[in-house]
Parts: sequence; C-alpha cells; structure tokens
Amino acid sequence: MRHVLSVLVENEPGVLSRIAGLFSGRGYNIETLNVGPTLDREVSLMTIATSAPEVVIEQIIKQLRKLVTVIKVVDMNDHVAVEREMMLAKVGAEGDKRAEILRIVDIFRCKVVDVSPDELTIEATGDRGKLDAIVALLQRFGIKEIARTGAVAMKRSMQ
Amino acid sequence: MELTGAQILFESLKKEGVDAVFGFPGGAVIDIYDEMPRHPEIRHYLVRHEQGAIHAADGYARATGKVGVCLVTSGPGATNTVTGIANAYMDSIPVVIFTGQVPSPLIGNDAFQEVDIVGITRPCTKHNYLVKDVTRLAGVIKEAFYLARTGRPGPVLVDLPKDVIQARAEFKYPRQVRMRSYNPTLTPNAKQVARALEAICQADRPLFYVGGGVVSSDSHRELTWLAKKLNVPVTATLMGLGSFPGHEPLWLGMLGMHGTYAANRAVQECDLLIAVGARFDDRVTGKLATFAPNAKVIHIDVDPTSIRKNVRVDVPIVADCRETLVALKAQVEAASDPKGLCRARKDWTATLKTWKIDHPLTYNGGDSGEIKPQAVVETIYELTKGEAIISTEVGQNQMWAAQFYNYHKPRTLLTSGGLGTMGYGFPAAIGAQVAFPDKLVIDVAGDGSIQMCIQEMATAMCYDLPVKIVILNNGYLGMVRQWQELFYKKNYCATCMDWAPDFVKLAQAYGAEGYRVTDPAQVKPVLKQAFGNGKLTIVDVVVSQEENVYPMVPAGASLHEMLLV
Ligand SMILES: Cc1ncc(C[n+]2csc(CCOP(=O)(O)OP(=O)(O)O)c2C)c(N)n1
Repeated sequence: MRHVLSVLVENEPGVLSRIAGLFSGRGYNIETLNVGPTLDREVSLMTIATSAPEVVIEQIIKQLRKLVTVIKVVDMNDHVAVEREMMLAKVGAEGDKRAEILRIVDIFRCKVVDVSPDELTIEATGDRGKLDAIVALLQRFGIKEIARTGAVAMKRSMQ
Repeated sequence: MELTGAQILFESLKKEGVDAVFGFPGGAVIDIYDEMPRHPEIRHYLVRHEQGAIHAADGYARATGKVGVCLVTSGPGATNTVTGIANAYMDSIPVVIFTGQVPSPLIGNDAFQEVDIVGITRPCTKHNYLVKDVTRLAGVIKEAFYLARTGRPGPVLVDLPKDVIQARAEFKYPRQVRMRSYNPTLTPNAKQVARALEAICQADRPLFYVGGGVVSSDSHRELTWLAKKLNVPVTATLMGLGSFPGHEPLWLGMLGMHGTYAANRAVQECDLLIAVGARFDDRVTGKLATFAPNAKVIHIDVDPTSIRKNVRVDVPIVADCRETLVALKAQVEAASDPKGLCRARKDWTATLKTWKIDHPLTYNGGDSGEIKPQAVVETIYELTKGEAIISTEVGQNQMWAAQFYNYHKPRTLLTSGGLGTMGYGFPAAIGAQVAFPDKLVIDVAGDGSIQMCIQEMATAMCYDLPVKIVILNNGYLGMVRQWQELFYKKNYCATCMDWAPDFVKLAQAYGAEGYRVTDPAQVKPVLKQAFGNGKLTIVDVVVSQEENVYPMVPAGASLHEMLLV
C-alpha cells in the first residue's frame, strides 16, 4: 500500500543521504522524496511517498524514527490530509493540436508557463491521480519533457 | 582559557572517565598524538593494525560495560576500522571511534589520505559526526558518548579535520545532553507489564529466550530471580550466554542453528515465549513460518525496530530490559495470586529434563588417539571453573566455545555474534585483558581466524598482556568445510589451510610462549601450564580434522529439524 510520510529532520549536511541510505540499504522503495525548509531554519521537512506491505511500512517508520537526526515522523495515511504535487510538462503543440491542449489546460485548471510556435509548457498542480490523468491525456500530443516534484502533504485542520 | 582541539579531546575523554584508548597514529591525528604525553591518565595502546584497535575497544567495552575508545588516522586508518565498526554495530556494543580527517578546506578535493568515512560508516554506526568547528567539539564528544551508551548501545564515529584539532576554543564540557530527536523509551508501560505477567500466569509451558540486551542492560540478576521464582526455563542466544547461570537446572543451553536439543524443542513446544533483549535473528529462528508455532510472544526490547520485525508479537514492551524486569519483579512480589504465577509446572519441567538427559550436547569421543576439539573446550572449563573471560574467533571454534563451556556470569564471553567476524577474538581479548590485568583471558581460536589479526601479538607483548590463545587447529576453515561436507557433496574448495605458520615458532618469534599438543593426554597438563605461566601464550592444539558441530539446524529448516551427532 502507498503511504505518504512527513519526516521532520535536523537541517544539517548529510541528512538526506542518511534517509536515502536507510531506504536503499534496507531495500525499501522510495516513490518520491522531496525536501524543503520549514519556518524553523534548523529543521527541514521531507515528504516521502513509499509503497510496501503494512508490516514493512511499520518498519520503515520505526527505522526512520531511530535515526538520530529525525525529529518526527507522521504517517499521512493515518490522517485526513491534503496531498499536492507540482508538474511541468513540455508538449508538442503544432497547428490544430494547440486548441485542444489549451482546452485540457482549462479543464484541469493548469497554466501555460511557456510558449513557442510548436511547444507549450504546462504547469499543473494536484494530487498524484490528477497529474497522472493529465499526463495520460497529453501523451497523444507527444510529451517532450516532464518534471515532477513528488508529493508534499499536510494534515487537514479538521480531522 | 582557550585550548586546542587536541587538548579539548583529552579533557573531554577525562570527563567521560576514559582510561584506555586503542589507536594508531598518522598525519591527520599527529597533533592529538603530540598532546598525548601530557595526559598520562589516559593510557594509549598502540596496536599493529587499526582493525585490532577497534576490536580491542569493543572487547574492552563488552568485558567492562563501559564505552570503548579507538583513535585512528584519516583515509586508510579510518577504513581499516570499518569491519570492527560493523561488528560493534551488529552486536550493539558502545564504542566511540575518533578518526582523523584532512583539513576542512581540503575536504572533497581527493586530498592525500582523504576518505568520506562519515559516508562510509553511515549504515554501520548508531550515529556519526564530522566536526566542522572547534567550538562544537566538546559538545559533539559529549553527545557521542551519550549516544554510544544509552538506549540500544552502538558505535558512534567522530571525524576530526586536522585544522579543527589545531584550532583553539574555550573548553566547556556540557553537563547534559539535550537532543530533541533522540529520546529512547526506557520505562516500560505498566499495563503491558501487567499483561505480560498475566500471560506468564496462564502459561503452562513458558520459556525465557534471552539475548545480548540482558547483558548490556545488566539485568541478569533480575532475570535469574524471575526465572527461578516463576519456574520458567531459560535459553539464550550466543550473545546472551552468561546472563543466566550455566549450572542451574532451569538452564537449557543456547538455542538456534547450533543450539541444544532441549532448547530448540522447548521453543517449538512452548506456549509462551518471553523474549528479553533478543531480536529473533535468522540464526536463532531457523524457518520463521514454523518458529515457536504454539507460542504467544512477549517481546521486551529497548529498540522499537526489533519488535515485530521478524515475528508477530502479542505483548510488545519497548523499554530498557532491566527496568522492565525490575517492574515485573515488583509486580510478582505484589501479586494477589502468587501461586498461579509461581506454580511448579511439573509436566513442562519434567519433559525438559527428559530432553536434556536423552539428548545432551555430546560428541564421539572415540579411541582414535585424536584430540577432540570439544574436549579441549571442556578442559578449559574444568581448569577455569567458568572464572575466565573467554573470547572466540568465528567458526566451529566459536560454536564449541559456546556449547562446551558453562558461562555463569555476563561479560565472560566475548564473541562476534551478528557479523561473525573472523579475527575478532584475539584483539577483543587484548581489550579485556587491558581492563582486567589479573583475570585469565582466553581466546578460543581456529587456525584460519587467528591469522586475521595475528599481528596483535606484538601489542600484547608490548603491554605485558598475558592473553592465552588456544588454537583448535583442524587444518581447515572448519565451519565452511562442514557446510561443504553436509550440503555441497564434500567439495572442499578453498577451505583446506594447506599452509599455515608453525604457531609455536611464531609465538616465539614475538617473544611469547608457544606449546603444541598432539596427544589427548597432554591437553590438560599443557593448558594448565599455559594458564599459569603469566605470559602471552599460544597453545596450538592439533585436533581431529573433520569434526563437525552438532546439533545443527540446516539454514532455512525448522528448529525441530536438527541433525544430531
Ligand atoms: C572475515 C571473515 N571472512 C570469512 C568468513 C566466513 N567464515 C565463517 S567461519 C569460517 C571458517 C573459520 O575457520 P577457522 O578460523 O579455522 O575456524 P574453524 O571453523 O575451523 O574452527 C569462514 C571462512 C567470516 N566469518 N569472516
């Protein structure tokens, strides 16, 4: 099952490799991982999406908590959470394809962030499912490049 | 007053009560060595290979319960310790390793003798540090010792760039460690303790399965009290030997791949398994699916990751083993139904007794005129009455030392459990002898393993450490040969030690004593002489070549599928 883990870590050199090394060394799977600053400059937030059987997820969480640089691990699957991911996609948009692509952009509330005579670069935000749907729809126009951030997540205020 | 980094290091070590450091110098740590003569309270033991230093620090830690300390230079000095660090990590042994590092401005430039030791040892240390600023040095050292010895103990490495060692700062040793991200749970949950007691009360066939956690938390007294009071038999892992007296009727011997018949049958037939400071290692459980099939499981461990990693647990208790056993003891003393708790369970104890009598640890004595390695270990026991500190190498020698010597006290067996490191035993014995100059310290060795750190003979001679090395010389890498014999159609590829030094002459070359024994009648008198001579000694015992370790549970089989003698 897929879990999204929110991991607060000490913001110090090597912390990313401690976490990544834990996953690779113990044979766990990382689907996406992203890191960013928090309000506290000494603390970073990592969001890790991972898929594994529940017993393995339990080990992953415990092993993460065991790392000395890890302050807190929250399994977002235990909560009602908002999950978002950002994506940039460069799509071939020659001639009459363009109108149709713009229609998709509209429907999915994406943004066009760069234009050339034969390409459109689209920025999309949403949960994983939505981004996958956009990718699937854009595929037939020819996606030339794609960049995705991986999930970030936050507990909803009202649980 | 401002001190240099090197001075801060020594002052900090003194604050931690360190009296012995095992090390080897080099350019990156030369400033530390330059400072060393001014701190005679801290004895430095110069080894002959850095692997010797880390194993000696580890042996010192296992024998004393204190933190072992190791100091090496950057690059090759640091990498030479990696095996020993992994060894300490697998067995949860508290050691602090100081490594030199190239000056900070050169880090990352492939400088001479630079290696990313923090990166290399990340997966095999409890934690590690690169000190970037001399003002942080004292704080990091304080944390390193604290991390090494608290919670689940383990090795912690501190990497010291040369410029940091030379720089100056005010020395202020922190009184306390405060780390928001590290707070091991030590006190057990009272409800879980009560549930554990209830389960014990209800069990007809309970069994204690204890491991290294009992040794490292010093809870053998509580364990012994509880087992006797509640009439619960005890088996232990290799790492747990000594945590329950080997002469008690409730003692079943070691369990697992080379465990006793009684211990392994007991695991398979018990209805309650009380695991204390043990982690259900695959060498212990055999085939997981059929391990302890009828048992409820209570699991006490300070490390939450140990719990439910391999087996399903009915009563998990994350806490220090000693605190938990103390709490259990208190509840037993306050119990309203002490009869239920402490009932004799006659059927269970009678069954176990029959198993013990019908299938004792044994071997074919024979009258071939050959010396049986098991008999050598039995003789060592007879001569020392369990009062010696035994270290072992790895292989058959290790298993025989586990099976045929009765450990009565914790910290009297130093052996590489988790990693199985050939070459561990002798330097570990050196560490133990440094801590206990007056005790008899014996390394039970194989002719293969002893050659991995044999150069430490010079160290032992230099510091007058009268360690006894008893080589069970079978001319083979015996344990691997045993597998080849049993599971690979006797294809003895690369396990015959065709060429070995003359160990007696080798001992003499180092200035030590050397004896060779080839006649069974000579085993006892020669060992006696060796143990009494007050000198570093090798006893090269030429033993029967193709002897095997039994019982044996083949890898992946169930515990009751034992091959017996
Ligand atoms: C450093 C290292 N290399 C290889 C092994 C694999 N190994 C395990 S037991 C063994 C044989 C040990 O032979 P010896 O020391 O002669 O002891 P014996 O089994 O004959 O008592 C080997 C090679 C190991 N455990 N450690």
